[in-house]
Amino acid sequence: MSTARAFVTRTLLPEALDIIREVADVTVWPEETPPSVEELRRHCGDADGILTTIMDRVDADLLDAAPRLRAISQLAVGLDNVDVAEATRRGIPVGYTPGVLAKSTADLAMALLLGAARRTSESERWLRGGGWQIQFHPTHWLGQDVHEACLGIVGLGQIGREIAKRAGGFDMDIVYHSRTRYPDAEAEHGLRYAEFPDLLAQADFVVLSVPLTPQTHHLISGPQLAMMKPSAILINVSRGPVVDPAALYEALRDGQIARAALDVTSPEPIAVDDPLLTLDNLVITPHIGSAALPTRLNTMKLAARNLVAGLKGEPM
Amino acid sequence: MPYDTIDREVIEAAADLRAISTYSVGYEHIDLQCTKSRGILVGYTPDVLTRATADLAFALMLDVMRRVSEGDRLIRSGGWQQVFGPCDFLGTDLETKTVGILGPGRIGLSFAEKAQAFGMKVVYHGNGRLSERQERQAGIEHVSLNQLFSESDIVSLHIPHTKRTHDMVNRSLLAKMKRGAFIVNTSRGRVINQKDLVLALQNGDLAGAALDVFYDEPLGADSPLAKMENVVLTPHMGSSTKETRENMARLAVLNLKMAMAGRRPKCAV
Repeated sequence: MSTARAFVTRTLLPEALDIIREVADVTVWPEETPPSVEELRRHCGDADGILTTIMDRVDADLLDAAPRLRAISQLAVGLDNVDVAEATRRGIPVGYTPGVLAKSTADLAMALLLGAARRTSESERWLRGGGWQIQFHPTHWLGQDVHEACLGIVGLGQIGREIAKRAGGFDMDIVYHSRTRYPDAEAEHGLRYAEFPDLLAQADFVVLSVPLTPQTHHLISGPQLAMMKPSAILINVSRGPVVDPAALYEALRDGQIARAALDVTSPEPIAVDDPLLTLDNLVITPHIGSAALPTRLNTMKLAARNLVAGLKGEPM
Repeated sequence: MPYDTIDREVIEAAADLRAISTYSVGYEHIDLQCTKSRGILVGYTPDVLTRATADLAFALMLDVMRRVSEGDRLIRSGGWQQVFGPCDFLGTDLETKTVGILGPGRIGLSFAEKAQAFGMKVVYHGNGRLSERQERQAGIEHVSLNQLFSESDIVSLHIPHTKRTHDMVNRSLLAKMKRGAFIVNTSRGRVINQKDLVLALQNGDLAGAALDVFYDEPLGADSPLAKMENVVLTPHMGSSTKETRENMARLAVLNLKMAMAGRRPKCAV
C-alpha cells in the first residue's frame, strides 16, 4: 500500500509535523498567507488527509476536488469554517482540538478583562506618546475595580469554566448564561445562572465564550448593548461575528457601555480605517486567544495525532 | 501625596505640625525618626488599596506574558495585515509556571491568591518568614532570595523602598533569573537598578518586564524602556480605581482628623 499523503495548510512547529510524517508524506503550505480557494483545491486533489485552520473553507466544493480525502483535522476548537454535515455525509471524519486550549484562552480573556478595567493599554499608549508629565494625581487614570465586581459569562463550555475559575481568584461575583444549565459548575465555581437579559443588566463585565452558530451571530447588537450598564465592559474571545461591530462602535462612542476588549473581529484582520480603531476605550488584540507556548505546540500535536488516527481509520 | 518629600527640613519648618496623613500605603517619603522625636502622628492607607494594586500587578503580568498591549499597538499602527499563522505572535502560558513574590505582605499575598487561580506555583521571599499556617493557607513556599530569582519564571516585587532595598534588584540578581523570565514591579521604582534592567532586556536575558513604577517619574517617551516592544509601562496607577481612590481619600481624611484631635490615627504608621 502506498504511503498516505497529507496536506497541512500552514507552517507548524516541527515536533507536530514529525507526528504526521510517521504515517504520511507531508506537504506543508509554506507561505505566510493562507492558501487561496484554488490553491487549497489543488493541494487537496491528491490528499488522503488534511490539517486545516480556521482560515480554510472546507465545503462541498473542496470535498468534490478531493476524491481521496478520508480525514480532516482542524487546528482549533471552532468548526464554523468546516461543513461538518457534508463531510460526515461523505464518511470523512473531522477532528478538532477541544480542551487543550481552554486555559490559554481563559488566560487571555482575563488579560483583556483586566486590561480594559484598569486601562493599561490605553495609559501605555499615552505614556509612550510622551503624555506623562505629572508624576501622580489622585484622579488620573481611574479604572474600575475588578474585585467583587459582577462577571457575566455567556457560554459555559470549557473556556467559560476556566474563566470562572480564574475570576474566583479576584473575588468576583459570577453569573452565567448558557443554552443548558450546569448545576455542577454552579456548585464548583459558585456561579449563578441568569437569563440573558438579566445577565446583561447585572454584569459589570460581560465575557463572550460561545461558539459561532446561526443563533449566536450578532448575539450582541444594539438592543443588547442598551441593556448593559453604562459602566459595563464587554470582552469577546469567541468569534468576531458574535458581536455587531457597527452597534458596538456606536455604543462605545456614545458611552452606552464604558469599554470593550476584543480578541476577535469581523473581518480579520480588522481594516486599518475601521472606526473602532479611533476609540480610546477599546482594547484590541490580533486573535491570539490560544497563541501561547506550550499550549500552541500541544494543540498542534493533538491535531497531528487526530490526523494520524483519521488516516489509520481510528477514532480521532 | 506619595511624591511629597516630608523630610527634616520640611518638618522643622512647620513648627505647629501635629499630624501628617499620607494618601498612600508607602511612607518612605516621610522622615519617621523626625516625626517620632517631635510627637507628630502619621497616618497612611493600607488595606483599602491592597486588592486594586494586586489586580494591577496581575493585569501587568498577563499583559506582558500574552503580549496584549503589544498586539493592540501593532493593530493600531496598521501592522496587522494578515491573520497570523499558528507559529506567529506566541506568548507564554501561565499554568505550571512559577511566580516568585518578593515581599509577602498584604499586596504580595493578594497577588499570590490570584496566581493560584491560574494554576501557577507560588514561592516567596521576604524580610521575615510567614508562619507555617500562613504558608499553608496561602499555598506558598518559602525560598531563599537567590532561589526566588533563579527558580521563578516571573518575579513580582511587593517590597517597600528603604535604604536596604534601594537598587536591590541589580545586575547580580537579574543575572540569576532564567533566560526568558519576566519581572513585574508595582512597588517602588528605585528597588530596581533601572540601568541594569534595561541592559538585561536589551541582551534578551529577560523575556520582558511590566512596570508601573520607575526610577524617576514621570517616565519620558525618550526612555530606553519606551522604545522596547516586550515591556508594559503604566504611569504609577497601582491603586487607581474610582472606588479605591475614594476609599483612600476617606481614610486619609479620617486619619488626619483623628491625629489633629490628638488621637492615634485609624491607620497609624
